[in-house]
Amino acid sequence: MNAKILEAKNINKFFHDPIRIQVLENVNFSINKGEFVSLTGKSGCGKSTLLYVLSTMDTDYEGSLLIDGQLMPKKNESFLSKIRNEKIGFVFQFHYLLNEFNVLKNVMLPGLKLNKYTAEEVEYRAMEKLKILGIDHLALKKSNHVSGGEKQRVAIARALINDPHIIMGDEPTGNLDKKNSDLVFEIFKQLADEFQQTLLIVTHDPSFAARTHRIIKMEDGKIIA
Amino acid sequence: MRRKLLIDIAQSLLLARWKQTLVAAVGVTFSITMFIALLSFMSGMNDLLDGLIVNRVPHIRIYNDIKPTIKQPIKLDSNYFNAHHFISSIKSDGTRLSIYNSKAIIEMIAKDKRVLGLSQKIGAQVFFNDGNIDITGTISGINPMEESRLFHFDEYIINGKSQDLTNVNNSIILGKGLSAKLLSNIGDVIQITTSKGARFQLKVVGIYQSGLRDIDNVQSFASLSTVQKIISQPSNYITDIQIKLKDIKQAPMIAKEYQQLFETDAEDIQTANAQFETGSSIRTLISYSVGITLLIVAGFGIYNILNMMIFEKMDTIAILKATGFSGNDVKNVFMYIAISIGIFGGLLGLLLGFGLSTVIDQIPFNTAALPTIHTYPINYNPKFYFIGIVFSFFTTYFAGWFPARKASKIDPVIIIRGK
Repeated sequence: MNAKILEAKNINKFFHDPIRIQVLENVNFSINKGEFVSLTGKSGCGKSTLLYVLSTMDTDYEGSLLIDGQLMPKKNESFLSKIRNEKIGFVFQFHYLLNEFNVLKNVMLPGLKLNKYTAEEVEYRAMEKLKILGIDHLALKKSNHVSGGEKQRVAIARALINDPHIIMGDEPTGNLDKKNSDLVFEIFKQLADEFQQTLLIVTHDPSFAARTHRIIKMEDGKIIA
Repeated sequence: MRRKLLIDIAQSLLLARWKQTLVAAVGVTFSITMFIALLSFMSGMNDLLDGLIVNRVPHIRIYNDIKPTIKQPIKLDSNYFNAHHFISSIKSDGTRLSIYNSKAIIEMIAKDKRVLGLSQKIGAQVFFNDGNIDITGTISGINPMEESRLFHFDEYIINGKSQDLTNVNNSIILGKGLSAKLLSNIGDVIQITTSKGARFQLKVVGIYQSGLRDIDNVQSFASLSTVQKIISQPSNYITDIQIKLKDIKQAPMIAKEYQQLFETDAEDIQTANAQFETGSSIRTLISYSVGITLLIVAGFGIYNILNMMIFEKMDTIAILKATGFSGNDVKNVFMYIAISIGIFGGLLGLLLGFGLSTVIDQIPFNTAALPTIHTYPINYNPKFYFIGIVFSFFTTYFAGWFPARKASKIDPVIIIRGK
């Protein structure tokens, strides 16, 4: 259980516009397989920025990032998209479902992109994920015809479709009411406990953070705990 | 599989905004329709106008011109072989208009593989007598069969039959203007006087209309033997050999060759009718530029619509990129959108263009100058359809390329964090 899924070494990041400000300062930490980690801190402390650096979408940083023991290059855009497709699942504050497709197709898209299974297999797997999250009855509905809490669960199913090494969440409960927040948290918890899914969730909700395995606390671009 | 997925996404984006898609496609359709109709019509018109001259005019004409002899007798004198000579008052030599040794020349030309065919012709000046009026005119001795085969003689006979020239003895076909002046119709007998004073009576078997009024007022046709009889010349008397080539572009070269070989004058069509080539090439140029301008405008339409679509679909692009679609994938999605608009709109344009052409083809177009034409001319050349579809493909490709590249460069972090 000690395999390092994600490792950040000496990560520094600067914003250049309008003036040069350091937003991340010597960030060093690692996440092991199966850990449910929350990243907290005050607004503007750099926690989201760090998450996007870790997500490989933001490559404008100094230092090195290892996912699954593999060093992430900063220039090779198509390689990084493959990594994101295969190894990382995302859940954002906003659901980002495609209105043109139904719920099932939304979940299937990253799986079809991965092209590891046939379309039928991807569909079966997508249905499995929807069942785990208890929303399989919505599969054929248009994605803009389901409720906010359901949309977020669809987004989680989409993040799970390729059995990623790690799921990253940026305030995934930020837009949800108490009931739905709890529901989403329970899902994360279930994923971590039952499926040993590694999770890294950015949140400013202390009660959410308190219930995770490990809390990384940030202040002014530094990890303080 | 991967391409299928991208096409699937492109299709969904297209259908989700089908009204916009339709507007873009209609732009392409409209421009291709106009492109096809315009070029077919223009080219049909060009062919018609060129045909007025090119069909009737031999590619090469062999004849003896009235002009001063190039080698004056003094040049042949061995005493003055290397000398420069000055001769004043040289006169043109036109004593013999017939082609020397015409039978042998005709046989030789007929064997030339570059030649499609030839017809012999005799030109003679005559007076048409109508009461006390004499009308100056020309009578051409022709072989009506060959003349029809090579130079569409038949098409310009508005009354009667060209074959009757050979079937009926002492027969004549009159130009339309000429027949009106002589108040004669088919079956009438008219009288002519040759320049040497001989009188002949000829039966009218047809009326000819070239569309060029000046010609119709003076021209008439008779068979070779009739004309030889009128001007009392033997049966080898030929003043013109008219040649039609397989490839018109070779005319100047072959004309020069024959000129040296047969020691006669040979005139090619390009030299004789230079202005027609210029006219038709400029008309073609104008129609192509108008057509291509239409297509480029349609291209801007596609460009705008794709740009709008990209702004609307920022979220979609961001999440596609976040979940592992590369910039190239996103670019391809938008390229598929652009190209499918182009191909769909283009194909529809080809159909409508063909439809519009057939409609134009039905519009009555009667003019005294063109006796064989009753509707607007259309050229249904598949080349235009090919150019149309290729061009619509490339315009939409380039119109799609810039927005698609922009979409591929969108940074998902900026979109996602912006929420």
